[in-house]
Amino acid sequence: MAAHLSYGRVNLNVLREAMRKELREFLDKCAGTKAIVWDEYLTGPFGLIAQYSLLKEHEVEKMFTLKAGRLPAADVKNVIFFVRPRLELMDIIAENVLSEDRVRCPRDLHILFVPRRSLLCEQRLKDQGVLGSFIYREEYGLDLIPFDGDLLSMESETSFKECCLENDQTSLYHAAKGLMTLQALYGTIPQIIGKGECARHVANMMMRMKREFTGCQNAILPVFDTLLLLDRNVDLLSPLATQLTYEGLIDEIYGIQNTHVKLPPEKFAPKKQGEGGKELPTEPKKLQLNSAEELYAEIRDKNFNAVGPVLSKKAKVISAAFEERHHAKTVGEIKQFVSQLPHMQAARTSLANHTSIAELIKLITTSEAFRDNLTVEQEFMPGIDTDKVNSYIEDCIAQKDPLIKILRLVCLQSVCNSGLKQKVLDYYKREILQTYGYEYLLTLNNLEKAGLLKHQGNSRNNYPTIRKTLRLWVDEVNEQNPNDISYVYSGYAPLSVRLAQLLARPGWRSIEEVLKLLPGPHFEERQPLPVKQPLPVGLLKKRQQGENKVTLVFFLGGVTYAEIAALRFLSQMEDGGTEYIIATTKLINGTSWIKSLMDKPEAPPF
Amino acid sequence: MACYTANWNPLGSVFYRKFDLYSMDWNLKEDLRDCLIAPGPYGGPIALLKNYSAKGKSSGLRPVLEIYTASGLPLSSIPWKSGQVVQLGWTVTEDLLCIQEDGSVLIYDLFCGFKRHFSMGNEVFQHHVVEARVFHTEYGTGVAILTKASRFTLTTNIDDLKLRRMPDIPGPPSCWAVLFQDRATMILFAFGKDLYLLDHTSCSLMVPPGMNPLAGSYLAMSISFNHKLLALFTEPGYIWMGSSSLKEKFDDHNSSIQLSPKQMVWCTRPRSKQHAVVLMWDRLLMLVGNSTESIQFVLDEESYLIPELDGVRIFSRSTHEFLHEITGATEEIFKIASMAPGALLLEAQKEYEKASQKADEYLREIKDKGLLSEAVTQCIEAAGYEQEPEMQKSLLRAASFGKCFIDKFSPDGFVKMCSELRVLNAIRDYQIGIPLSYTQFRQLTIEVLLDRLVLRRLYSLAIKICDYLRLSEFQGVSRILAHWACYKVQQKDKSDEEIAKAINQKLGDTPGISYSEIAARAHACGRMELAIKLLEYEPRFGEQVPLLLKMKRSKLALSKAIESGDTDLVYTVVTYLKNELNRAEFFMTLQNQPVALSLYRQFCKHQELETLKDLYNQDDDHQELGNFYMRSSYTSEKRIEGRVSALQSAVDEYSKAKNEFACKATEDQIKLLRMQHRLEDELDKSYLDMSLHDTVYNLVMDGMFSKAEQFYKEFKIPDKRYWWLKISALAEREDWEEMEKFSKSKKSPIGYLPFVEMCMKQHNRYEAKKYVARVAPEQRVRSYILVGDLDQAAEAAIEHKNENEMILVQSKCTPTTDSVILEKINRAKTQILKK
Repeated sequence: MAAHLSYGRVNLNVLREAMRKELREFLDKCAGTKAIVWDEYLTGPFGLIAQYSLLKEHEVEKMFTLKAGRLPAADVKNVIFFVRPRLELMDIIAENVLSEDRVRCPRDLHILFVPRRSLLCEQRLKDQGVLGSFIYREEYGLDLIPFDGDLLSMESETSFKECCLENDQTSLYHAAKGLMTLQALYGTIPQIIGKGECARHVANMMMRMKREFTGCQNAILPVFDTLLLLDRNVDLLSPLATQLTYEGLIDEIYGIQNTHVKLPPEKFAPKKQGEGGKELPTEPKKLQLNSAEELYAEIRDKNFNAVGPVLSKKAKVISAAFEERHHAKTVGEIKQFVSQLPHMQAARTSLANHTSIAELIKLITTSEAFRDNLTVEQEFMPGIDTDKVNSYIEDCIAQKDPLIKILRLVCLQSVCNSGLKQKVLDYYKREILQTYGYEYLLTLNNLEKAGLLKHQGNSRNNYPTIRKTLRLWVDEVNEQNPNDISYVYSGYAPLSVRLAQLLARPGWRSIEEVLKLLPGPHFEERQPLPVKQPLPVGLLKKRQQGENKVTLVFFLGGVTYAEIAALRFLSQMEDGGTEYIIATTKLINGTSWIKSLMDKPEAPPF
Repeated sequence: MACYTANWNPLGSVFYRKFDLYSMDWNLKEDLRDCLIAPGPYGGPIALLKNYSAKGKSSGLRPVLEIYTASGLPLSSIPWKSGQVVQLGWTVTEDLLCIQEDGSVLIYDLFCGFKRHFSMGNEVFQHHVVEARVFHTEYGTGVAILTKASRFTLTTNIDDLKLRRMPDIPGPPSCWAVLFQDRATMILFAFGKDLYLLDHTSCSLMVPPGMNPLAGSYLAMSISFNHKLLALFTEPGYIWMGSSSLKEKFDDHNSSIQLSPKQMVWCTRPRSKQHAVVLMWDRLLMLVGNSTESIQFVLDEESYLIPELDGVRIFSRSTHEFLHEITGATEEIFKIASMAPGALLLEAQKEYEKASQKADEYLREIKDKGLLSEAVTQCIEAAGYEQEPEMQKSLLRAASFGKCFIDKFSPDGFVKMCSELRVLNAIRDYQIGIPLSYTQFRQLTIEVLLDRLVLRRLYSLAIKICDYLRLSEFQGVSRILAHWACYKVQQKDKSDEEIAKAINQKLGDTPGISYSEIAARAHACGRMELAIKLLEYEPRFGEQVPLLLKMKRSKLALSKAIESGDTDLVYTVVTYLKNELNRAEFFMTLQNQPVALSLYRQFCKHQELETLKDLYNQDDDHQELGNFYMRSSYTSEKRIEGRVSALQSAVDEYSKAKNEFACKATEDQIKLLRMQHRLEDELDKSYLDMSLHDTVYNLVMDGMFSKAEQFYKEFKIPDKRYWWLKISALAEREDWEEMEKFSKSKKSPIGYLPFVEMCMKQHNRYEAKKYVARVAPEQRVRSYILVGDLDQAAEAAIEHKNENEMILVQSKCTPTTDSVILEKINRAKTQILKK
């Protein structure tokens, strides 16, 4: 079911299994038939841990979405609420519980908080007079969810906003807890390196939690050698630029949610003729994207311009394979051919799907709007004309292009210039307010608070120094056979990944000066392995010569698919010496990221 | 081995044996009959209350409460100064209950330390207790009271006191017992010749099946340890034995002793099919069961019976014995001339030690029948039932010997028995005095046994047992150390400093230690400072913080919560503080804790908007106040005046915050709102909440050009944007005439390509072409392509000698229809190349 999680250097299926076990144990605790009432936001992430079949095996017969009013009727013994610990959800639950008919159909009520129990929420339930109605009130520590063989995410949408704008570090606490769980399963990580305020905070919490967890530490040979904690606001640039890898573009254009993407159905209409081919499907086509699909694993991280050739090569291989049947003469040969058939057919379907997706994307990438936008980005990133008002942005505003597009560009310009001159900044802001509405003053205020929009003031423009020292811009990019991570943005090498790369070789000491220019402290901590129980001798054997080190890179505040692609590229480099596992609070792209920071006051719904 | 079965007494098809546990060393001067006695089950302690009766008082002797181990070693004693005690009894957690005549129940620990007391209610107080029983069920320890007014009151769990007054009964019962069935507690009592079952609601007459009609009045009754069996004793000495549900009779027996026995208890063991009852009179102990015969023992002195799970303990001033039914395994092995596999194996091993070849013969006999593993299991099992280590060893040696001849016999059972017997022998030692049988031990579990050792303050032995059984620290050592520490904090003669240090030294970072529990104990003893010192060692903030709150150290709690990073914990403290402090103090406290303050702001943002404003006000955070008013102008104000005044407040705040831009923007916003409002009045159309851009666009769309112009001037819309806006609106309106007029009004600040684009957007090629000529040369090729005139586009590109433009045109051509153009471009390209 989730074999692809175990293919990587670190078997993330262990984590998934641990999570599943915990879930099963909870479900079994509530004996008898059950109905689950879902906080809708949780269904996506839960799908990656347990399908409906698992729930069904444990007598879950009905599922509902949490909403106000009365609970739907269901002849079950238990009703379990799966919710995030949020006050507004508690009010809904209280309403549900109060309208239960306790006499005619008594049902046992339980509540499962994901990822953590909250005293505040329980107090709210108590105030509403329903706390006593619940038999079990437990927590399900679903912090880090395995998304792929090398990718973990907390899928906490608001993490960056809460940390940056509201000084609410709840998500960091969960991140630290998640890392503790990870260490319980994969051994204590000996080295922790970080950059940024949030990184520092998480590392501090981990150190403290270690005391709490003494005794639960397992004597396991550590799987991870290093943990690299990176604040998103160390590198504000990368998410703003348009991702140019295949997966990155799918996300930019269609949005990938919990490894699933919904695509316009027209391109996926069955090609068979004569079978009423006129009727086009109207439901969006839903596809799961992960490394379980061989072809996708191969092309996802390529620059989009390199995807076409791979697809056509694959097409040839597959049709050649199907041609084989004409050469199969003996019964044995035919048998062998037939045995390969399912695999070949799957490959063919996969190829057809990705050819369609590539066509859809190509329509967009070849459009004038996309090219003009990219041209401007690619001028900003090497630092060309970043200090004056850009006429393309002006024109886009004048034509009232989508606001998020404008904000991405303006922020990009600001970041690539270490802030804008007062005049330029005010001009943009005024243009935006006049065109889109004055209420966006709050959004602009948020962006300024997060450092995405900045008034340069009297400080120097540090960006050129950073760009040059870290080689963030590379003119000669090889998109087909890349030799540097800059291929993921066709020229721009993501700063965050460059930091990871330089950490592995030659080490951060060489870039001490630049690190000082980036926000937040940088630090290194060492965690001694638990000494109380010495490792079994068999486990202590030295790493084999030439075996790569494993680094867990944790992006606090989100990571883009292009950055992930760049890290994977580094993992695969022959002389890289380091393999990367990626963890994050949320998988983001520029659009979803900016959206999370917007503050558009709307009249309350009631 | 002839002597081994010497103390076996047959009764029906089984044997019973009685053997010494201890010789009692308690130097008791009083006769047992003059004391109130309470022995604890599972080898528990024995409590004695001497001189308890009112009669004693007249003799001038003060009552004394004494507690001994089962081996008779004194644990503690105190002079009894409270009221008249009717009954003593032990709880499941080995606390002593002293039930007084007035219905109050005093609870003492093993060391005569007073813990608490509770009352059995007013009615009991008024009518006085005649009799009381302490009983154990799966809910815990319960107490049942019979008052002088012949009413029953009971509670099923003294830790969760719910008094239940039972229905009326016909008169004072001759005997009674507490019965626990189907999770309900009931009382069975006899009144003359009738037997009644009393539950919460009713009192019903019961007739035991197969009851001898000539039996007469009931004199005594007994319920077994597991509440499953019932024995009744009637006047002519008749004994009825059956199920406690009164549905089944097992046996009956006629003792022909007409005197009521002093005690009657069940002597049986789990899973046994035998049912036997022990009755005791002054000098006689009688065991009756499934036989017309009975076993009788003569008693030399006053004795006392303690029913156990698997037998009966009997103690007197000088001895402590155990009477029990011989188990199957033991019987098989030791019965005279037994040929059971276990018996043969034991014999084989003995011969082997003597180096006799008979060992081989015996072994073969077992092996040939394929019974060797049964033999080993039998020996292991039987070892468990032996009291004497020598006997245990010889059985285990036999098992170990037999084991060698079996492939793949799992050693677990053997190892477990060895280690558990070692533990049992240690605690049975006279110094410890817990005569627990193997069966009882299995039922009690090692965890409870450890707890009991801890209660007796035998910390070192408990820890040794944990180490020996390799219990995880969490399960074993940690708990014991924690108990030790809890005991330690009660030592009043040592300073806080000293105790905290001693505890930390011994406990260190032992996993599973809960410093907060120890601190809670210290707090309960009134040692606040010590509690706080101990809490410092607690690594789990989640445990530390609530206790600090309980101790009213809320500020310390707050900083600990913040340190933990657990925001939920911070919220908890903040909510607590909010209720605890007055508003000003509360705000001041938050002021010093920025993390808590920002979390509280978050909370207010969603729950208490007005408080949020107060918070900003207090901080003089004018920027946020401005944002606050701005937001509220959109979200909470409906009427235009309200909105404007909210915005005006925002302007004031922004200006205090020296944010000129926001100030100006908000002023503009007010202006826009006012103008939109006026427009709505004038034009009877909705304009409110449109952006400036959309307002002007709509005005153009509606042909209100001068109004649009007015906005353009009033808000200083940049020319470029205004032109874009106007031509796109005009195009959408398809007002080509106005568009042309506008294009000629002055030189376009955005050039003329947008005109072409806008016309083409409405698919009006005719209009578009009008503007192509005016497009700047460098954009002309693009405009020709837009209007679809590829020929002209090619011409222009060739004229510019611009290769990129040529390629662009080429890419738009279709080879079949535009071959001429393609050729032309190719020619031009080669020419450029030539140069």
